[in-house]
Amino acid sequence: MLAPWPATPMAYLFGDGDMARSISPLLQGLLAIAILVAAIVSALVIVGAWRQRSALALADTPIDDRPAIAWIGIGVGVSTAVLVGLIVWSTVTMATISRPSQTAAFTIAITAHRWWWEATYRSGDTDQNFSTANEIHIPVGAPVRFTLASADLIHSFWVPALGGKTDVIPGQTNVTWLKADHAGSYRGQCSEYCGAQHAHMAFTIVADPPAAFESWRAAQAKPAAIAQDKGALDGEAVFQQRCSKCHAIRGSRADGDRGPDLTHIMSRARLAAGAIPNNAGWLSAWIADPQHIKPGSLMPKLPLSGRELADVRDYLLTLK
Amino acid sequence: MTTTDYDRAPRLVDLGSHGSLVGNLEDIWAPKPGLYGWIVSVDHKSIGIRYIVTAFIFLLVGGLEAMVMRFQLARPNERLVTPEQYNELFSLHGITMIFLYALPVLSGFSNYLFPLVLGARDMAFPRLNAFSYWVYLASGIFLYASLLVGAAPNDGWFNYVPYALRAYNPGPNMDFYALGMIFLGISTTVGSVNFVVTFLRMRAPGMTIDRVPILTWGTTTISVGNLLAVPSVSLAFFLLWMDRQFGTHFFRAETGGQPLLWQHLFWMFAHPWVYVVVLPAMGLVSDALPFYCRRPLVGYTAVVVGTITTMVLGFGVWLHHMFATGIPFMALAFFSGASFIITIPSSIAVFSWVATIWTGRPVITTAFLYFAGFISMFVIGGVSGVATAAVAADLQLTDTYFVVAHLHYVLIGINLFAVLGALYVWFPKMTGRMLDESLGKLTFWIVFIGFNVAFFPMHITGLLGMPRRIYTYPDGVGWNAVNMISTIGSVILATGILLYVIVVLKGLRSTERAGDNPWDASSLEWATLSPPPHYNFAVIPYVTSRHPLWESRLPGQGAMFRRDEGLALADGKEALATTAIEAIPDAILKMPEDTAAPFIVTLAMSIGFTGALMHLWWLAGAGALASALGILVWLWPEAELAQRAEEPQ
Repeated sequence: MLAPWPATPMAYLFGDGDMARSISPLLQGLLAIAILVAAIVSALVIVGAWRQRSALALADTPIDDRPAIAWIGIGVGVSTAVLVGLIVWSTVTMATISRPSQTAAFTIAITAHRWWWEATYRSGDTDQNFSTANEIHIPVGAPVRFTLASADLIHSFWVPALGGKTDVIPGQTNVTWLKADHAGSYRGQCSEYCGAQHAHMAFTIVADPPAAFESWRAAQAKPAAIAQDKGALDGEAVFQQRCSKCHAIRGSRADGDRGPDLTHIMSRARLAAGAIPNNAGWLSAWIADPQHIKPGSLMPKLPLSGRELADVRDYLLTLK
Repeated sequence: MTTTDYDRAPRLVDLGSHGSLVGNLEDIWAPKPGLYGWIVSVDHKSIGIRYIVTAFIFLLVGGLEAMVMRFQLARPNERLVTPEQYNELFSLHGITMIFLYALPVLSGFSNYLFPLVLGARDMAFPRLNAFSYWVYLASGIFLYASLLVGAAPNDGWFNYVPYALRAYNPGPNMDFYALGMIFLGISTTVGSVNFVVTFLRMRAPGMTIDRVPILTWGTTTISVGNLLAVPSVSLAFFLLWMDRQFGTHFFRAETGGQPLLWQHLFWMFAHPWVYVVVLPAMGLVSDALPFYCRRPLVGYTAVVVGTITTMVLGFGVWLHHMFATGIPFMALAFFSGASFIITIPSSIAVFSWVATIWTGRPVITTAFLYFAGFISMFVIGGVSGVATAAVAADLQLTDTYFVVAHLHYVLIGINLFAVLGALYVWFPKMTGRMLDESLGKLTFWIVFIGFNVAFFPMHITGLLGMPRRIYTYPDGVGWNAVNMISTIGSVILATGILLYVIVVLKGLRSTERAGDNPWDASSLEWATLSPPPHYNFAVIPYVTSRHPLWESRLPGQGAMFRRDEGLALADGKEALATTAIEAIPDAILKMPEDTAAPFIVTLAMSIGFTGALMHLWWLAGAGALASALGILVWLWPEAELAQRAEEPQ
């Protein structure tokens, strides 16, 4: 189960992966205690004021006839006992989530950029290494280790249904892990303010059954398909000229590394770090004017003719 | 004046038989007329009210910024403002509320009340007091000048590097913030020194350290805290400015600097600051709530100890803002434990207020309603804070709207509700006029409902995973309804605040005279006129208990306090210094005359900071030189300063 109701992909009160599920009871307990304490004290204030309300005035003689210090003693005593209990519970939970219960299957290297996520999968055979963006596949049921590096600013890597945040900080490589118990898509989002497009820096963790994951991985490791029809071939030429400084397409001469690797762009469900769906229409809109969709994005609005735009789009549509 | 005998023992007089004394004091303490008189005034009452009014204006401006944000967030994919505009708005909103409203408004109350509740003629350093206000105003204008030139700070009040560095933020936005904060830090520092010394040395004779109002404990505690915390943030902003302007490498990771160094320096200051902007407010409530409960505060000593302990522990919890930064869990465990423990001293005050209400005979005035609301909001903000003290839970909660909800319950609940109530309490003292009670109660309910409708749903927004500081959000992730509710609540809250302002403006024209002690309250400020004369007290009263104006009616206290009998100090502008613990008369102080020096030094410093901002180094140098000259003139020794006085017989 992702969440108590379907349309809240970022909720975490009921976690799904190992880490999130370890955190959930603590979170629920803390919230329950919080509500209880707030209710008790508020009730004391309201009842305390209400029961004395009759016919009193400021002119009444001040009193100091009822010893009341016990209130503080009892209130603070109970609070302290609860807090000490919470410290123990919190510390135990912290120890539980500090590492997965089994050894991580493999490592995915995450590099956070303004405003997208690069995920690099490495294996013993360097030909099988590849880089993708914003859609990160993992196998169901196995913990995966993530190394987190930043290309520019501080970001934070967060997939609420699977686990807590880890900041991505320039000059240091942080490590976290995630494990999904069920196949499905889990929405993540940058949660440390990082400038103009912090709002549009989402990503997806897709948990596949092991076999599906392996075939996805093998497909991603392949170079791009060779363009066949004329429009796509023209599009490839335009891409080489206008787009390849920033974007790489393995199997072509495009090898830029400022923007996402587009070798298998059409295998991804969304574009622009989750901002828009990935289909022919949105792809055209994005290439035509990224600044309208993500103002401040580092992808410029290029002066492409209608024909060039269509060709580039047709070319990208072949990159499955 | 030079012939004044400072070696004398002040006479103990009864005003009834020394009618000429008041006339003399009126002449001696009379302010200069007109605008010039206003600029040169060093009267703590005038400065305190200026602080409050200025802080309220900043509150309204910051609230306006918040309203624009709420309209932008009312619906998904809204395009009311651009991302950059939104980022500048939330940055300015935080800076305004935290730095230009929250502490200054409390400094205003403290400035106004310190000498009055302590039975003194003025603050210990009246000129420094004026200076701290002028620098506050100038640095506020300096920070807001960024908005006028279209380059407001855009990296949040927390201002994390590397985004604040020049590589990512080439405009002057961050320079405004860095220099403005260093500038403002001067105001906070000198103000803090003044509160500490006033608390220790300006109390009326007999007001031993266990007889002072809680407010002065709160403000003195946070002033000591400020003296330790502000250097950290001034240093951080100075290093940032150096990195930006001169290519030093404190924070640049590429060249061996440390982005996390910024976070440590900032939060070492900024977490204590959270207590700085609430402890004096808690003090205001601790002092005034008993007026309406018709009994002294329960557990005075416990509350004082709790106040000080909170501040001390407040210096050991800063890392809880950095739980997700990859610091090893072992280190986090300590700060997590400390963050839980700090709840204990805060809870002392809560149970003290509850006990005061429960065992008192509460009278439901507008101020009482604000204080009761304050206690509830305090507890909600407190317990949601406890949730974020648990590292594992915080890894989910941090940087979501849950934290936005938490911090607004803390800051609005503990600061604003206390302030709105406190103004109802002391407005009659400040102006001699009453605020409308029935309109006041209506306003309270609008503010209270609006606040809760706006901010309570944000807990849920956070639990649904909405990150902070995003200018928009997509449809279909479950955040639409909660955001719309928050926006509706914010409109109600804004309406309430506007109504409050109207009630205050109406109160200024009210013909209902307040009298000296409209609440039949217990502390010294109610023993003088409303509004108080320029010299506060015609004779310096003798204090023999915690509740001078109630002591004749409280059991077991005796009835020693005499409003019209005390020490006469009228050979020039004089005040009395007493010893730090026992408040035994120690010296007659010659208080400074009104002077333009603080204003002129502030102007010179503003020129210096503007020069530094614009890279006009000659201008910066000229400003520094002019400041130095101004300070020299200001501090030029005057022959007749304090000499020791004998304790009167």
